[in-house]
Amino acid sequence: MLEAILALTALAVVFGLLLGFASVRFKVESDPIVDKVDAILPQTQCGQCGFAGCRPYAEAIASGEADINRCPPGGETVILALSDLLGVDAKPLDEEVGEEKLREVAVIDEQLCIGCTLCIQACPVDAILGAAKQMHTVIESECTGCELCVEPCPVDCIHMQTVKEDLNSWKWPYPAVEQEKKP
Amino acid sequence: MSHQLHPFPGGLHLPGNKGLSTDRDLATAAVPPTLIIPLQQHIGAPAKPLVAVGDRVLKGQILATPEGYVSAPVHASSSGTVIAIEERPVPHPSGLAAPSIVIETDGEDRWIEHNGHSDYASLDPSELRNIIRDAGIVGLGGAGFPSFIKLNPGARTEIDTLILNGAECEPYISCDDMLMREHADQVLLGARIMRHALHARQCLIGIEDNKPEAIAAVQKALQHLDEKEIQVVEIPTRYPTGGEKQLIKVLTGKEVPSQGLPIDIGIVCHNVATAASVYRAVERGEPLISRIVTVTGHGAARPQNLKVRIGTPIRDLLQAAGGDNSKPYTLIMGGPMMGFTLDSEALPTTKTTNCLLLATEEDIPSRGPVNPCIRCGECARVCPALLLPQQLYWHARAKDFDKAQDYNLFDCIECGCCTYVCPSNLPLVQYYRFAKTEIWAQERERKAADKARERHEFRQFRIEREKEEKAARHKTKAKAVKKDAAADEKKAVIQAAMERAKAKREAAEVQPKNTENLSEAQKRQIEEAETRRAAKTDNPAEQASEENK
Repeated sequence: MLEAILALTALAVVFGLLLGFASVRFKVESDPIVDKVDAILPQTQCGQCGFAGCRPYAEAIASGEADINRCPPGGETVILALSDLLGVDAKPLDEEVGEEKLREVAVIDEQLCIGCTLCIQACPVDAILGAAKQMHTVIESECTGCELCVEPCPVDCIHMQTVKEDLNSWKWPYPAVEQEKKP
Repeated sequence: MSHQLHPFPGGLHLPGNKGLSTDRDLATAAVPPTLIIPLQQHIGAPAKPLVAVGDRVLKGQILATPEGYVSAPVHASSSGTVIAIEERPVPHPSGLAAPSIVIETDGEDRWIEHNGHSDYASLDPSELRNIIRDAGIVGLGGAGFPSFIKLNPGARTEIDTLILNGAECEPYISCDDMLMREHADQVLLGARIMRHALHARQCLIGIEDNKPEAIAAVQKALQHLDEKEIQVVEIPTRYPTGGEKQLIKVLTGKEVPSQGLPIDIGIVCHNVATAASVYRAVERGEPLISRIVTVTGHGAARPQNLKVRIGTPIRDLLQAAGGDNSKPYTLIMGGPMMGFTLDSEALPTTKTTNCLLLATEEDIPSRGPVNPCIRCGECARVCPALLLPQQLYWHARAKDFDKAQDYNLFDCIECGCCTYVCPSNLPLVQYYRFAKTEIWAQERERKAADKARERHEFRQFRIEREKEEKAARHKTKAKAVKKDAAADEKKAVIQAAMERAKAKREAAEVQPKNTENLSEAQKRQIEEAETRRAAKTDNPAEQASEENK
């Protein structure tokens, strides 16, 4: 009897120490689910989901506050990846947040720009180059197409332009033959 | 022919149909009225134009310079005037337009001054690579990878074998066959230069045994050259033995690791036509401005091989090959197995245009209706890369790209054997191509997202930092103001004290005391003092010191 109690106590102490050590040694700084969700999101930082950026949306998804179908730039791919990650059912994109469209970049009409820097302050990824009373321009390769710079412009000199497909970005289409042969 | 051969797995025996185009001699296509020269005819970045609209250019003049390491220049293939630098449709499965330089030829076909190097062996391998790069030479077998990169073994790698690919395994195509028949010497001299650039121990030229004339021509040229380290190897005809990995297996018995390159096992593989153009670039100073194109198929009246200036519109070549013989045909660039259809005859020929197939029903019978996969396994039996085409098909169809990659999708060489044997007529290779480009696109998006995240996080950090700096500035300023106020208070106290003292003093001066009952002596003293004071009122400082006494 006594032996059993001693043995169990010893085990309890050993495992307790082990767990205590592990919780200190392998402490996770941030929520790993948030990081995983954030890694799937397209990082447009456009705020169309209703949150202040991709990371806040990721946090909301991880805590169950937001649905997975609120990211228009990510579209179907992101919804599928998130449903895969979180084990929830995929659903079509929430209509109220917008619709999936081709990738766009902002273009500043340099003739009209008055150099007010409002768009620079709005850009979430610092993709606009310029200074006060100097003409501004968009660094195309860094632009995520979030459209946040369009609204603040007082002279409406920013417009969105669809990114043209070139030989290096072209994709083979999904084979179309299958549809003909459905019984 | 004592060389030991090692058969590769899978593959097919296909009807060659090469006699169609080899019956006629190699001809040279006429200078076309306009040349359309795309800036990207290779794998890598498009070249950057060096000429402007209206410029006169000479044959062989550089038109655009490479941008970045993996890139190649393009040259004018005849003399004339640049009439446009704009987007023109290019021969590509997408049918997209790409930046091109359009030249109106003057018919003179006048060369720019060019000089070769008579003694290649005196040149350093890096100088050779520069010459080959400047000549715009890319792999002429089909992929168009800049050749100078494949001639750079790197500092650590020892190259054992240089393989020249003269297999030309795809049906109908005979441009390499014709080149070897007519210019075997150029191929061998090019091989010698390449071997020098790579310091390769030996060079093997693999030619399929359905080209006896080419083998004989190369062997004859080889005897003439007396080069012991170059060997011609006759290999059995079997599609796709001209695939790089398959040819290496056949000739050396070695296998290129999955996702690896031949150079990892000390082997470099080049096309025979690339070797010939290396020779012309090094010894004659001629850039890559022409190539041999097979115009064939039952849709052509006079199928033949043509020496074509790069940029010649396809229409001009079809006319040279007998034009329209009223049979309906599909225009295919490449062969029936790996080629793709072109929707216009106005497209230009490029460095990678090896064959134009005018395919009629006789050449490529239309496939029956697509049926569901019956899991017969025929595709796996013929796959030369030992993949499981059926699994790849399921996963690509379901857009499950991770699984497709688990089944080594990227080892697929898109040879088309599985599609060819599929009894259900499934377009298998199309699914693999779709999956591959889709995966590449996702990778590009992922990279862009990572960059955007980094920039966004840095921006937030920057805004936070600026806020902190501003707050810190405010704090110091407020402190400074407070300090000033304290100093003022002190000054005010001093001032007040001074004023009090002054008032006191004045009050004392107004009413002198003890002025009554004075003796004569005292009165005199006072008078003296008064005069002294009056004299000193002009000088207050002295007065002050007097008072202090």
